[in-house]
Amino acid sequence: MEFLTEVRWSPYAVGVGIGILSWFTFLISRKPLACSTSFARTSGMIEKLFLGKKVDLKPYYQKIGLAVDWQWMLVVGVIIGSLISALLSGDFRWQWVPSLWKTAFGGNPYLRVIVALVGGVCIGFGARWAGGCTSGHGISGTLQLAVSSWISAICFFIGGILTAHIIFILIG
Amino acid sequence: MQTSVRKKEISPLLWGLAFGIVFGFLLQKGGATSYDVIIGQLLLTDFTVLKIMLSAVLVGMMGIYAMKALGWVELYPKSGSAGKNIIGGLIFGVGFAVLGYCPGTIAGAIGNGALDAVVGGLAGILIGSGLFAALYPRLRQGILKKGDFGDLTFPRLFKVNDWVIVIPAATLIFIMLYWLERAGL
Repeated sequence: MEFLTEVRWSPYAVGVGIGILSWFTFLISRKPLACSTSFARTSGMIEKLFLGKKVDLKPYYQKIGLAVDWQWMLVVGVIIGSLISALLSGDFRWQWVPSLWKTAFGGNPYLRVIVALVGGVCIGFGARWAGGCTSGHGISGTLQLAVSSWISAICFFIGGILTAHIIFILIG
Repeated sequence: MQTSVRKKEISPLLWGLAFGIVFGFLLQKGGATSYDVIIGQLLLTDFTVLKIMLSAVLVGMMGIYAMKALGWVELYPKSGSAGKNIIGGLIFGVGFAVLGYCPGTIAGAIGNGALDAVVGGLAGILIGSGLFAALYPRLRQGILKKGDFGDLTFPRLFKVNDWVIVIPAATLIFIMLYWLERAGL
């Protein structure tokens, strides 16, 4: 069982594992691996705490439904699974500023958090606009050979590669 | 009666949690919950993320299409349009590079102890999702419908047997992975 305490596995072992995992989500739960809609549900549920039941009537929330569902629990599971893996290998650490960011822009946690917030807004907005994220489109959709998912996944990387180069090469 | 109804409601949630734990465990072991690894991919210096995704798609696709042929599973392709997937995809991509996590890996990053992911990224994703929900009534009949093609898959687009696409796609992915290794990336 020593492999469980290793910090890193080969990316191919991880990829094959995720591929096989997706067989079982299709077989048992009749659902593809996906994450981003759960964040929209959470956002709606928080809004509902403040504004009450009328939030349910917003067309987008009527479409996705504001409830804890299979995918919401999947996302909670991802947090737990990652925590278990990191604790087993000793890779867990509290960290405000990732090292690559620190090298380019310094260790100020406020700057990093503000930039992460702005990036998060784009991710949340873009994932809803495109109808999925790196898991729903990028893995589950592409493996089903869905046209919408291949277009989305390619655009995720075009936008991401261009922006990362602007941030780290032009600014950093 | 009541217990069986409750069991029916709870069991899918427990499966979701269990699958999520495995997914998160794998993402962390692969390094995909790390900002440095994701940004390394977008800067084209570290190809871990692409290797994980392509091998997952290769194995997942072969298995899912084999099970589909056996009648064990059905597909759930998302419907799309040019306005939806190109524009949404590019906005997502910008956020991907600025945040350094995506919705799945940010959950993993939180489990890994990344505080910028909790305080900044998670809050941002919730705000961005809410913003979209607010604008949705104005977008849904306009830009999101531009160039609509429905829930099309490549085998249906080309009107061919599934395996006419699956086999070449699998071969192409395999060649790409082989080429990445050969190039020392």
